[in-house]
Amino acid sequence: MNKDAKLPETQEGTVLFNVDPIIIRYHYEIDYLHSYAQDSPFFAALAKGKLMGSRCTGCGCVYATPRGHCMECGARTEWHQLPHEGRIHTFTTCHFGGEAFLKETPFTLVLVEFDGANTLFLSRLVGAEPDEVRIGMAVRARFRRNCQFRPTDVYFVPVAALPSPPSPLPEGEG
Amino acid sequence: MRPVYMITGGITKFAKAHPEKDFRLMVREAFDYALADLPGLTRAEIDGSVCSYFSDHFTRQLKAGAMVQDYLGLCPKPSRRIEGGGATGGLCFQAAWEAVASGRMEVCLAMGFETMSRVNTWKGNEFIALASDTNFDYPVGGFYAGYYAMMVQRHMHEFGTTTDQMAMVAVKNHANALHNPYAQKPARLTIDDVRAAPMVATPLTILDCCQMSDGAAVALLASEEAAQRLCSNPVRITGVGSGTDAMRMADRPHGDVILLPHESAEEYRELRYPGVHSFRAGRMAAKLAYGMAGIGNPAEELDFVELHDAYTSSEIQTCEDLGLCRYGEGGRFVASGAPFLPAIDYGLGFSGEERWSRIPVNPSGGLLACGHPVGATGLMQAVFAFWQLQGTVAKHLGDATLQIPDARRGLIHSHAGTGTYITVSILESV
Repeated sequence: MNKDAKLPETQEGTVLFNVDPIIIRYHYEIDYLHSYAQDSPFFAALAKGKLMGSRCTGCGCVYATPRGHCMECGARTEWHQLPHEGRIHTFTTCHFGGEAFLKETPFTLVLVEFDGANTLFLSRLVGAEPDEVRIGMAVRARFRRNCQFRPTDVYFVPVAALPSPPSPLPEGEG
Repeated sequence: MRPVYMITGGITKFAKAHPEKDFRLMVREAFDYALADLPGLTRAEIDGSVCSYFSDHFTRQLKAGAMVQDYLGLCPKPSRRIEGGGATGGLCFQAAWEAVASGRMEVCLAMGFETMSRVNTWKGNEFIALASDTNFDYPVGGFYAGYYAMMVQRHMHEFGTTTDQMAMVAVKNHANALHNPYAQKPARLTIDDVRAAPMVATPLTILDCCQMSDGAAVALLASEEAAQRLCSNPVRITGVGSGTDAMRMADRPHGDVILLPHESAEEYRELRYPGVHSFRAGRMAAKLAYGMAGIGNPAEELDFVELHDAYTSSEIQTCEDLGLCRYGEGGRFVASGAPFLPAIDYGLGFSGEERWSRIPVNPSGGLLACGHPVGATGLMQAVFAFWQLQGTVAKHLGDATLQIPDARRGLIHSHAGTGTYITVSILESV
């Protein structure tokens, strides 16, 4: 037993913002071993310049996103290659954003509709000024050459210099 | 199921930041207010609690609910956490209802909080966006204002809704809040003010969006026997409903409208539903709650609505989901003046269209003006509705302007994500 035991003093300080109440900086950071699990083939396909959705083996519903089982009937889906051209279903230009994306503002988000698909796909639109974007505008998928294995490996650009007229969604029960 | 009553409630002032209070003390303040307003109620009467808070990231503390429970002196009674994004408070209210309706508890405390000021606004937006699909939505530019902006762009395209109609919602809710001392951001605004404010995500300006807040709220629910014994003017919860939708907005299908009793399939033959312009979960929640409460025509049979207006656009969308007007009419419903309080001069000209019943929407000021400390928000709505139905608005707000004369039946609506979890509860005076 040592009655003179002492913790070592260090040069580590604390960032202090305020004293009443005391407000300090508290840092928090984490690296995950994140698995895309059953959705992995979607990201692998992006690396090959392909956009994969899901087609239900039961009811035939086509999703423009990966979804291992059908939301409507519950059956398994199979991978289904989507066309590279679609139309803007809706859009926005973000002038602010979450901290991770602030440096990228302004950026334009679009939900893309495809012939033969019952649902939509969220992506970025580049190559059009915010005031040039229209619902119904034809857009084409482009793929990053150097993949990051993120959904932003695909993005969309306008097909033509001029916006095309709006088209209806493909028929079919969703 | 047994009848369930609300017997008291309390709220803290909602503010951008309350650094001098942690979440435990904020809940304690709301709790003390509720107890002081009902002297017959002691802690010994409370059988347990449910605690709502949305984000462990904001709190920087897991199992924060357990810390509130011990701070309030309610250990070792039962408690659990309720979490469901923006609908956390509404889900908590219904969890307390379930505890009493099932007979498990005679008196149950629903308590909720959020401390959003502990990170900067843009980190806060990032945390909130983590409540979208983190594989497919968040990495593309996760930002809830962006998601809602895309929804309303489609609403405008489908139905002709205008940004001026959206701005009228901001004018209304901020002006209502001028008479609500609990509100974070009351203001007298014009349509031009709203449109000239900094653009967040086209077409939503910063005045179309609710703010981040620190705050807490509590509601105490009781069985009929306990309510009669403890409270001279309880309010009965006559209907609860909730609904869900796909997490990814992109996955929303196009099918048939879920009809309310006063609607027919004929009127929606052309509508592809819900798409991204409507909230199927809100319609489902409303249908279930109306069924339980025996409501056939909501706009005629309700006296007011407190709904989850995180954005001006979502108030317009939600008025349609709740059946206050038909799908597609939300913008014109607002422009007609129907959801405005007759006692307040908003400085606006209304269209005068008279096809809808007048029904005040967000007389408290809603999320747009009161603030949105997520876990507290749905319970804040319950407390405002409770005071309306008790006729005690003047007592609690120190101003009678927002009191709806002879309010008998009100609706509260709590909403998560892009409409992934939504609750509707009906409260009635007795």
